[in-house]
Amino acid sequence: MGTLQIDFGEDRKSKIVGIDLGTTNSLIAYMDLTGPRIIEDSEGRKIVPSIVSLSEDGKLVAGEPARELLLTHPERTVYSVKRLMGRGVGDVQEELKLFPFRIASDSESVIKLNLGDRTFTPPEISAAVLRQLKNNAEAALGTPVSEAVITVPAYFNDAQRQATKDAGRLAGLEVLRLVNEPTAASLAYGLDKRQDGIIAVYDFGGGTFDISILRLHDGIFEVLATNGDTHLGGDDIDNLLLRIALEDVETEWGQDLSQDSEGVQRMRRAVIRAKEELSFVPEATVELSYKGKTYQRSIDRTLFDRLIAPIIERTLASCRSCLADAKLTPEQINEVVMVGGSTRIPRVRTAVERLFKAKPHTELNPDEVVALGAAVQAGILAGDVENKLLLDVTPLSLGIEIMGGVVSKLIHRNSTIPASATETFTTAVEGQRNVLIHVLQGERELVKDCRSLARFDLKDIQPLPAGMARIEVRFLIDANGILNVTARDARTGKEQTVEVKPSYGLTEEQVEAMIQESFDKAEEDMRERQVREARVEADNILAATEKAQKNEAWEALSDNERRAIESAKRELRAVYHGNDHRLINEKIDALNHATQTLAENMMNTAVRGALRGTKID
Amino acid sequence: MSSTLPRNYYDFFGIERKLTVDTDVLQRRFYELNRHWHPDRFTRKSPDEQAQALEATAILNDGYRTLRDPVKRAEYLLTEEGFPIGEQRSKDVPPELLEEVFELNMMLEELKAGDESTCSQLEGARQNFLDMRASIERELEVLFAKYDAAEAHSKAAKQALQEIRGVLNRRRYIENLVRDVDGALDPSIAVAETAEDRL
Repeated sequence: MGTLQIDFGEDRKSKIVGIDLGTTNSLIAYMDLTGPRIIEDSEGRKIVPSIVSLSEDGKLVAGEPARELLLTHPERTVYSVKRLMGRGVGDVQEELKLFPFRIASDSESVIKLNLGDRTFTPPEISAAVLRQLKNNAEAALGTPVSEAVITVPAYFNDAQRQATKDAGRLAGLEVLRLVNEPTAASLAYGLDKRQDGIIAVYDFGGGTFDISILRLHDGIFEVLATNGDTHLGGDDIDNLLLRIALEDVETEWGQDLSQDSEGVQRMRRAVIRAKEELSFVPEATVELSYKGKTYQRSIDRTLFDRLIAPIIERTLASCRSCLADAKLTPEQINEVVMVGGSTRIPRVRTAVERLFKAKPHTELNPDEVVALGAAVQAGILAGDVENKLLLDVTPLSLGIEIMGGVVSKLIHRNSTIPASATETFTTAVEGQRNVLIHVLQGERELVKDCRSLARFDLKDIQPLPAGMARIEVRFLIDANGILNVTARDARTGKEQTVEVKPSYGLTEEQVEAMIQESFDKAEEDMRERQVREARVEADNILAATEKAQKNEAWEALSDNERRAIESAKRELRAVYHGNDHRLINEKIDALNHATQTLAENMMNTAVRGALRGTKID
Repeated sequence: MSSTLPRNYYDFFGIERKLTVDTDVLQRRFYELNRHWHPDRFTRKSPDEQAQALEATAILNDGYRTLRDPVKRAEYLLTEEGFPIGEQRSKDVPPELLEEVFELNMMLEELKAGDESTCSQLEGARQNFLDMRASIERELEVLFAKYDAAEAHSKAAKQALQEIRGVLNRRRYIENLVRDVDGALDPSIAVAETAEDRL
């Protein structure tokens, strides 16, 4: 009998999801008919901690299970990996003093992290978090999820954005758009109801800080300027408190707990708990019982506020630069939106209120608002949301290296994206076939003070006298904030080959290889499962046969039949420990076939017994 | 839908090739064209259409940045009309600025030699340059009107463009002088100031 099919029409199409891939926590959301909605996991949890652990059987687990493993298996577990996305080993020395990242020795332009006895790049770690979110969404929506909008800090540079996109691909997601977190938040707030106005979004999360100033006009969200710090967040506050607690412990216990990774993790949890309490009560206690010893220290808000004052001041300095770039005064800001868990801190709220002279919006849960906004953007891309449009900007100026180690700027920061610039290059010596272009991001004048993005090698240039070749190179920053470079020979109009050597991050080939590996892994996993299933079935049929051999029906068989069964059993046992599930299944079928008469005889015996009213076993 | 996009910014915005531009109209066109062309509207379209949308919005955004700013707009139109402004480097001092530049260099030398008292003189020089820049802006407005009133490609139009080129070069020279002063007064500001065109 067939089951009743209900056609949900459009709704059955696979959804574009919106993902907030955070430093501390990640969330996934989608648009339904009523608006954006966070997707919960099977246990009703909305937040997936951005923690990844290598399990005993060699698989990466992410989220809540990994959070538990962080305590028991800190050497196989990693958190706050977003801080390492798109960065090189040289960039993260400060980070290493404060975070228990175990950088593998062969890290060069891409950091590799040791988890147990294996190494993973930050995009691979992030992909594990994304995969968890994807699985949660597929389970909740009942449809495959393959397309996503992922949010990134507005101040992320090209390499950090590319690394995020790579993570999506590794997780089996086509990243249709990278959206800046503060901009996404403004979408979620639905502030376009007020038609026109200027709003500021203050986004202070676990590991990053962003400020964006937008002009709203009839559904268009036009970012005027953005500023921030991709290494400033609640993590830094935790580290301040942690350092104090560890110093206390050293004095009180006479023990350097900082060398004990489990001890540090437990203390980290304790200070985070106290920090979070301080948002609601004037005084909180950091408490730790560990290996038979206890530590207790109360922290009041006055002390806390004094500790975090320099951190808050750094965010305010970014806000002032952003206002200057937008050519606005604080009085011209109509509304302020607060995003990110760290904006729960009362001192942060009052500081922002004082700067912008406006009471900040805190109606939406600051942990969820970015994911909700990502879902709205997904709705825009899917064509479900028609009246809204985001016009974002590039946070950093883009330039090329010229003579003397100086950077010549081609696209200025806060330019609306997509944005482009064209430069013509020529050769310096006769017959030169290649021109190397060094592209950088940053505001400073000198190459050494800017961020190297990549070197583009213009190849196969037609050999000509020096200065005669004319290669037109187009630098285009797309709507994701990612640079694309194309080149053509201005004399012939022919497309020119450009080979990209990213300064930080994975090459296209590396990403492809990782995706292939994960496919191979998936296949391997599938084969393993099939073998296990086949063995279970073999166990069942062998047990049933053994049992039948004790039945009187066995005696009724001919010698030939009995010999056939014994031989089929032997053959099945022979392949049982092999890795080929098809062979096992084949022998199971053979044994099934050989025991057919036996089974029929047993059935007949049973039926006869039942007719006689006697009970058979 | 046409497959070839107008490359000229004025044509893309569908406005007249004049030097005086109503920025309200420009902004309205910017929003309208974005509603049509933004890549977000092309997610479910073919790769060719997506590429065209990317191309169109790049021209749109580059064009908006250029046309909404009087100086960039003038530089763009000069180049389009065959009057490239070229690489004006600090070597060629405009004759009318010779005296100021001479005095400024003296002050900068003194400051470098450790004479802090020149700071207030430098402040004065800075203000002087800012005033000059403001008067240049008024001069430009008049010249813009002159060009717009002349018939396209006429002798009068060409003459106006030539005058504008001269004024723009002078303006750029003054910009560099202000930057030098700022750098001398506060080296840390120099970076921030040079990062952004103060246009």
